[in-house]
Amino acid sequence: MPLSRLIPCLDVAHGRVMKGVSFVGLRDVGDPVELATFYSAGGADELVFLDIAATPDDTDTMTSVVVQVAEVLDIPFTVGGGVRSVDDASRIIEAGADRVSFNSAALANPSLITAIANRYGSQAVVVAIDAGGGVVHTHGGRVATTTKVIPWAIEAAERGAGEILLTSIFHDGQRKGFDLELTAQVRGEISIPVIASGGAGCAQHVAEALRIADAALVASIVHENPAGLPGLRRELEGLGIQLRPAGELV
Amino acid sequence: MSVVVVVDYGAGNTHSVRAALGRLGRSSVVSSDREALLGAEYVVLPGVGSARSAMQHLNETGAAEALRERFASGRPLLGICLGMQLALETTEEDGGVFALGLLAGHVKRLATGRVPRLGWALVEPWGETYYFAHSYAGESPFTVATSEGVSVAVQCGPFLGVQFHPEKSGAAGLNFLEQCLSLA
Repeated sequence: MPLSRLIPCLDVAHGRVMKGVSFVGLRDVGDPVELATFYSAGGADELVFLDIAATPDDTDTMTSVVVQVAEVLDIPFTVGGGVRSVDDASRIIEAGADRVSFNSAALANPSLITAIANRYGSQAVVVAIDAGGGVVHTHGGRVATTTKVIPWAIEAAERGAGEILLTSIFHDGQRKGFDLELTAQVRGEISIPVIASGGAGCAQHVAEALRIADAALVASIVHENPAGLPGLRRELEGLGIQLRPAGELV
Repeated sequence: MSVVVVVDYGAGNTHSVRAALGRLGRSSVVSSDREALLGAEYVVLPGVGSARSAMQHLNETGAAEALRERFASGRPLLGICLGMQLALETTEEDGGVFALGLLAGHVKRLATGRVPRLGWALVEPWGETYYFAHSYAGESPFTVATSEGVSVAVQCGPFLGVQFHPEKSGAAGLNFLEQCLSLA
């Protein structure tokens, strides 16, 4: 199995990074390109950009961000938010993203998973599942559907998803640790990798998640101190998590 | 300094390979033109997309034949991910596809572990860690490196193929690309 992956997630709206990123060490905290470069230099294994304001008439802004990020970033990155069709996925991947992530569109039209996988390969398709109370949620966790999490994860994998990004909406933002039980249950039912998301408050939490999942998504824990990413990696290594050797980090 | 040609598949992401070459101060063009492929100092066959559509595009544009000619004349070529797999004879992907056949070997679906195999992994005997994202891998007598038991690099004459993505593998990947270009 490849090494554990630590994946900072950046929420982007109208081309700017949102949500509590600390300015320490950064010239322009709102610039997704600068923050991406900073996290890459700090040893991130991969990045996720979520376009939280994605609207059909504002796709150009995010596409332009993707082009700029692809120009400077030498690690893989995933883009989510606003992927509703194969054309949306093509636009993002051809702008330079490695993978696309989507949630509502996959639920509404599961054949979209297969269509994008056939075109770009399963490794380019991440199905995001926002889970709460055993069912899938949409609209940033605000709307509960009747779709059960585990059968949906199995179906997504069967249809060609290359990875599941599993967020526990009750743990997200609470900083009390990941939903380890749910992560283990979902991962146990499928043979594609799983990114655990929601709840990281300290290195110990991330280590617990990485003992179960293939990767861990982190947001506030790194955004409140972007310069602390190398330190977080060292803490994880101290807790027995094997990460890539990232050389001399900032 | 002459130009590096990144082979156009018709679909897929050539940006990241070109961006990595740019970081090394090398200009590149995207082309499937026969003269460009034969005349280039260095050719990179990148790796995104599906095997069937990639081979179809390479065959239709004449790029497949130009790549075979280039290989026969001993001029350097680097295949990345799908680009490495396409240099072998056949692939199981998309129900079975005849590839370029530069090297003996066949591409098969990964049988163990989580598939797709995603993430950073050590490549032996090179001792470096690179980024992988693949569901298929080559089996070839020309294997020169492995990762967790999987063949991840093949070399024969002027062709070097790697399963990992040097353009997405941080400093280690850039060093790898620089070495490839310096040997050209």
